[in-house]
Amino acid sequence: MFLYIVRRVLYTIPITLGVTLICFLLVHLGPGDPLNALLPEDASQASIDRMKAEYGLDKPLPVQYVIWLGNALSGDLGNSIANGRSVSAEVVSALGNTLILAFGGMLVSITLGLMIGSIAGSRPGSLADRILTGVAVIGVSVPHYWAAIVLVVIFAVGLGWLPAMGMDPRGSSGFIFDWAHLKHLVLPILALSLIPTGIIARSVRGAISETYGQDFVQTLRAKGLPEWQVFTHVARNACGSAVAVIGLQMADLLGGSILVETVFVWPGTGQLLNNAIFMRDLPILQGTILILALIFVATNLVADILQTLLDPRIRR
Amino acid sequence: MNTTQATASTPHVSPKPMSLMADDSQLLGKPPKGYWRNVGGHLKHDKVALVASGLLLLIALAAIFAPWIAPHDPYETNMLDRLTPPVWMEQGSSEYLLGTDELGRDILTRLIYGGRVTLMMSMVPVGLALLIGSTLGLVAGYVGGRVNMLIMRVTDVFYAFPSILLAVAISGAMGGGIVTALFSLTLIFIPPLARITESITTKIRNEDYVQAARATGASVFTIIRVHVLSNVLGPVLIYASSLLSVGIVVASGLSFLGLGVSPPIADWGLMLNALREAIYVAPTNAALPGVIIFITCMSFNLLSDSLRSAMDVRL
Repeated sequence: MFLYIVRRVLYTIPITLGVTLICFLLVHLGPGDPLNALLPEDASQASIDRMKAEYGLDKPLPVQYVIWLGNALSGDLGNSIANGRSVSAEVVSALGNTLILAFGGMLVSITLGLMIGSIAGSRPGSLADRILTGVAVIGVSVPHYWAAIVLVVIFAVGLGWLPAMGMDPRGSSGFIFDWAHLKHLVLPILALSLIPTGIIARSVRGAISETYGQDFVQTLRAKGLPEWQVFTHVARNACGSAVAVIGLQMADLLGGSILVETVFVWPGTGQLLNNAIFMRDLPILQGTILILALIFVATNLVADILQTLLDPRIRR
Repeated sequence: MNTTQATASTPHVSPKPMSLMADDSQLLGKPPKGYWRNVGGHLKHDKVALVASGLLLLIALAAIFAPWIAPHDPYETNMLDRLTPPVWMEQGSSEYLLGTDELGRDILTRLIYGGRVTLMMSMVPVGLALLIGSTLGLVAGYVGGRVNMLIMRVTDVFYAFPSILLAVAISGAMGGGIVTALFSLTLIFIPPLARITESITTKIRNEDYVQAARATGASVFTIIRVHVLSNVLGPVLIYASSLLSVGIVVASGLSFLGLGVSPPIADWGLMLNALREAIYVAPTNAALPGVIIFITCMSFNLLSDSLRSAMDVRL
């Protein structure tokens, strides 16, 4: 067990390196020079060269990568081309707001997904199963951004119960734990958690109903165990695969936040990314993607380890 | 590559899932039906699958024949009729069945035309990724060793990114536009398809009957065509079909962020984004383009589910 965990942790090192490589190359994917946004149209060759030297762009790519990686390891992701501020500072300040949404969405989708999945999976083929499976399919098929718009139309424009945008009644971007701030959270988190809820519900249903079909369940029932205790045995057996699926949903929450934040004008990484794309501010784009991808790598690591702890049958 | 030809010619060969073998027709002494006809038979009795494929067919046909059925010109603006509500609401007019957008263009017409772009942006990347991903998976699984290591580790790295994020990042870095969007979408669909193909291929490669085929002198291509592809094809096609709905969501998402087609071209995601500005004035109109995205996604998901149970495949 311990060895497996060590191996799994070590395995994230090459993955992380690969992730940094892709993020580094992102800047060089675009048409023209990364400096295009910065230089005036009629810049002289001399000033272009000076600028290149200043940003280290005159060196060969592998050298640039090593320098960039070294800086990144010490927390320096360069400066924004648009406003000159430090990329890491910008990303970190936006990241908190995105994580509030992501963890909120995680909480909602785990709770709802496990509930729907267990109820549906315990009675496959029943009316409750068919209704709940239908609900789960709907959840999987609703695009985040549309869900966001519909929620705004209903609850903000129509009923006027909840605010439609921002995260603070006074328009600032800090989070305080009070009712006024929580109200701003409700709609974005709902919009964000629809797809993960559907996916978790579907796979939990599959795992539970499959486990119910195994022989040991019949034995448990034969020896007279009450049905709710049978369920705890089934749940214990199915929880490994549920954890794996839940870990993967972080991808959807982090990725979906880009779209949902746009609709709700939420001051998180999604908005940062959006502005960076609009301004062609590649260092910000690169930094944001890098940090979000690393968070996802870490979540998967945790989910994998949890899965092996919960389900010792899996030792890959 | 050889794969496309092989894909077209395999369906009728070799190992079929057990559940489909025990068919009534065999007990009655009739000749056994082909595997795919059997799957088709299952689907024919699946009401959900029929409704879903009917809806998809309708949407696809509407998109293909857009110029003949669309009631208006998709680009004709009309400043006097801006944001007309749909026909079932007060002040709606039968002239514009689903109302008009912020420039007075007919929403129904633009949804019909938009289907062309959006469906294409989902189907082309899935098709390309199916080709590239399964080829990579086949090579990795069949050759094994270092080649497998190399291909699968690169795949793992792409797996480390949330897929929407990667698509947005690549499109954004490359400056947006439809070609870029197609490229980034293809790229995010390749890893899962490669992974599935690889795992099945690796398993099949070590089966006794494949060893036997090799021992009797069957060439690599024959083995792949007859034994490997016939096992890989089902699961991979099912997985690809489930990617179609993801494709719609992500492709519309890219357009929604302004990274897909550029205005005034009609596209579902772009319409949703443009009408978002009107959310307080005409909330129904603002939400309408999403309905069609939702219906399409749901149909793809339901069809993929039905296909999975008809083919009795577990992923």
